[in-house]
Amino acid sequence: MDFSNFLILRDELSLVFLILCLLMFDLFASASGRRLFQPVACVLLLLQILFTAFFSGDSAEAFGGMYTTSPLATMVKIFMSIGTLLVFLFSKTWIENDHEIAKGEYYYLTLSTLLGMYFMISSGHFLLFFIGIELAAIPLACLVAFDKHKPASAEAGAKFILNAAFASGISLFGISLLYGGCGTLYFTDMAAVLNPANLLQTAGMIFFATGLFFKMSLVPYHSWTADVYQGAPANVGAYLSVVSKMAAAVSLFLIFVKVFGAMAQNWKPIFYALIVLSITIANLFAIKQKDIKRFLAYSSISQAGYVVLGVITATAQGLTGLIYYLFVYMLANLAAFGIAAIVERQSGDARISGYNGLYKTNPKLSVLMMFALFSLAGIPPFAGFFSKFFIFAAAIQEGWYILVLIALLNTVISLYYYLLIVRAMFITPNDNPLPAFKSDTASRIAMTVCFIGIVLAGLASCIYNRIGMISDSSFNAPVAAIHVEEIQVNTALPADTVSDAFSGASQLHEVQN
Amino acid sequence: MNLLSIFVLLPVLMLAGLFLSRTRAQVRAVAATGASLLLAAAVILCVLFMGERQAGNTAPMLFTDHAVWFPTWNIGYSIGVDGISVLMILLSAIIVFTGIFTSWNIEPLPKEYFMWFCLLSTGVFGFFISLDLFTMFMFYEVALIPMYLLIGVWGSGEKEHAAMKLTLMLMGGSALLMLGILGVYFASGAQSMHIMDMAQADIPVALQRYFFPLVFVGFGILGALFPFHTWSPDGHASAPTAVSMLHAGVLMKLGGYGCFRVAMFLMPEAAQELGWIFLLLTGISVVYGAFSACVQTDLKYINAYSSVSHCGLVLFALLMMNTTAMTGAVMQMLSHGLMTALFFALIGMIYGRTHTRDIRQMGGLMKIMPFLGVAYVIAGLASLGLPGLSGFVAEMNVFVGAFQHSDTFHRVLTLVALTSIVITAVYILRVVGKILYGPVQNPEHLKLSDAVWFERFPVIVLIVVIASIGICPGWISDLIGQALFPIVERLSIAAL
Repeated sequence: MDFSNFLILRDELSLVFLILCLLMFDLFASASGRRLFQPVACVLLLLQILFTAFFSGDSAEAFGGMYTTSPLATMVKIFMSIGTLLVFLFSKTWIENDHEIAKGEYYYLTLSTLLGMYFMISSGHFLLFFIGIELAAIPLACLVAFDKHKPASAEAGAKFILNAAFASGISLFGISLLYGGCGTLYFTDMAAVLNPANLLQTAGMIFFATGLFFKMSLVPYHSWTADVYQGAPANVGAYLSVVSKMAAAVSLFLIFVKVFGAMAQNWKPIFYALIVLSITIANLFAIKQKDIKRFLAYSSISQAGYVVLGVITATAQGLTGLIYYLFVYMLANLAAFGIAAIVERQSGDARISGYNGLYKTNPKLSVLMMFALFSLAGIPPFAGFFSKFFIFAAAIQEGWYILVLIALLNTVISLYYYLLIVRAMFITPNDNPLPAFKSDTASRIAMTVCFIGIVLAGLASCIYNRIGMISDSSFNAPVAAIHVEEIQVNTALPADTVSDAFSGASQLHEVQN
Repeated sequence: MNLLSIFVLLPVLMLAGLFLSRTRAQVRAVAATGASLLLAAAVILCVLFMGERQAGNTAPMLFTDHAVWFPTWNIGYSIGVDGISVLMILLSAIIVFTGIFTSWNIEPLPKEYFMWFCLLSTGVFGFFISLDLFTMFMFYEVALIPMYLLIGVWGSGEKEHAAMKLTLMLMGGSALLMLGILGVYFASGAQSMHIMDMAQADIPVALQRYFFPLVFVGFGILGALFPFHTWSPDGHASAPTAVSMLHAGVLMKLGGYGCFRVAMFLMPEAAQELGWIFLLLTGISVVYGAFSACVQTDLKYINAYSSVSHCGLVLFALLMMNTTAMTGAVMQMLSHGLMTALFFALIGMIYGRTHTRDIRQMGGLMKIMPFLGVAYVIAGLASLGLPGLSGFVAEMNVFVGAFQHSDTFHRVLTLVALTSIVITAVYILRVVGKILYGPVQNPEHLKLSDAVWFERFPVIVLIVVIASIGICPGWISDLIGQALFPIVERLSIAAL
């Protein structure tokens, strides 16, 4: 085989290279050099983003279809990297003031999960996808438990890993059923043999979806979310709620529309129920929250419900709407989480009542928080309005009137609880609000980026139009089953365990290549 | 650059100017200059528009411009005005102008107050110049959200509750609206969200039946359509003076304007078919609002319920669907906008002196503050429809138009609505008699002073405009009549 195949993986390879650089740096740098860890990590990640952006290629696949890439995948990867970069920028004070915790690990563990998410987006085979999900989940558990000295953090880590393991177990079980029902685990091949009347395939699909639902924390797979977000360091919570969700949502679309497209009649009702439940129940829970991180957790569950609207449309507009929604949500949610982290560090208290009268002492912070919340609620002229409008438009185009009506009425409920925070900051009188303080430079850079993004990502239509162009071309690209003729052979191979099937399949492709 | 874009650009520039200003004097200077420029631009627009019309330009929309924004959904920044939008822009400019002088001494945080005020006016002007449904809807929401903070921070009484109630109810309306707009767009199969293009496309009547109520109620909530009017009294009562002025004077007009520009214009068949339901509701608004005003003791509540009644009359007249009544409706929008603004301004000034809005605790104020007293009487007379003032022209047109329907249903409703004129006289004269004449209730009041220059100025401007509309309404009804022609034509074709 040709080594140039590896170059198709340049997005992942650049990230691996970045992780190795950071590992080396951590290993060999002196104590004073290590103080520069955060800027170095951020600059390297920025370079990686630029590299990915400028050396993006056309659609291609490697390793016999195990790995695929496309301009769409690259775009999503860039968005995820930007999200990670913003999280890194927000983390400076937290990571450097806390001497008990290791500095370097935070960065390369986060980047490892990012690598897993890259593979989720780019996989063309269920096993690669599963490896991606696991790679994205296990280091995350360490990150959730990163504040070792805080029992809440450790507890959250345990909760996260147990839930994640359970979900991926069910997912893996689903994959095994799918293999039994289809005789292949390649995305393109499976799409060709799926039959909505086949119970085994349907069961496999539903079990498989659990892993993704868990990652997106849709109701009823959400019970871990609030506890984990509350216990985890705020910056890790931000990463969980944004980047991790983005990877899961985009792969949910790609797999269910591209692979399980033929089964749409089976999965659409399930998604319908999930959307209604996620949006409504999370909204009702969010109203009563007293802790800002729990509040943001429920708000992010409800936002995930809106994202799934893009999946259920199963059109190019839906895909555009979904990615754009995630991008806009990323900026707003990172700003909200970032501010929550900063305020919590200053006051040592994460209750919403701590925000009373914040505008008097910290006007800039409060205004950014308000803009972020308005964007989440979908108020113009902030970007969130545009993303909501477009995702609803895509759903209406496919005739989901009642669903959109439910979602729209829920935006009013969500506006209520977002306004509660605005009220605390601007209206509620408070004799001794949090004194004025200055955040570190890195956080301020991140907040500026978020601010510009929240204000301009909607009004400047070029962003949406660009996403639309890329996802249109990717959505309409013809997909051909490449291994159909081998399926018979493939099933004939001894497939006692999943790993056997895996090696069998890869042997076949080596033969083919 | 298009003349109309100035109306969006100027408030945005004002926002930037306010953001940069440091002292109260600078804030005032920026706000006053900006508002004066807006008013000047509105007058110039009005003159240019009438010039074009006299020169024989009969295009439905003038000063149009179009720029593609989101090609996927055929959304563009499309602007243009007809006679009605020109008048609405003029009304908004007058009220923003007077509102800024009314809030000359606003406390606390004057800079933030004026910034939100500017954002609100950006939304209002943007709404009136937009021809693209998306842009229109966006500006509509931009105009709504500043209300939350304007009432919540600078309001009085149960401001937090009122602000939340108002915001949520109006946003609930806009949720319905968004569904309606998207539904209409896809049902029409039109190639753009431009309102004129959509009017060309045929929307199936079966679908109109779903989307007409959504859009009409969506806008109607802002127009105080019964039973969705409950935000209005609480909101107006708690809001600071200038915000009440702008909200009752302009924002509630957005509702009425949207009702005929979007709902009735795009879906005339459904409007003919379902109009009677909303006609009943608006009839209730008219009478119920007037009766409620009779029993209130808080000046602001009285005026807020009076607004419900008068705005109900706007929707009522629109649903009569003939030229005379609809002309009356638009005139009523203007007239109500001006006199409510005047009322709220005066109430704010009186409250600023007496520190009460309870009519039982006031009396004999005419002797103490003659300027405010006379102005209040004039506003009251305009409200009850005295000939020579704007209210008369509007109500005359409305009821003459309404009586052109010869069937019993319309006749009876018209008669019921007519009673509101009498009830209006009752509550207006009751208040005037109680607080301006009669014995002085509180000896403390004897020490109070009359209005100062920045208070007199907006009051005089408003009274002059109200009187001039009342004296020579001809040019206004010409402007309205021409603009209404395409709408009435579509409605009458649909009736056949």
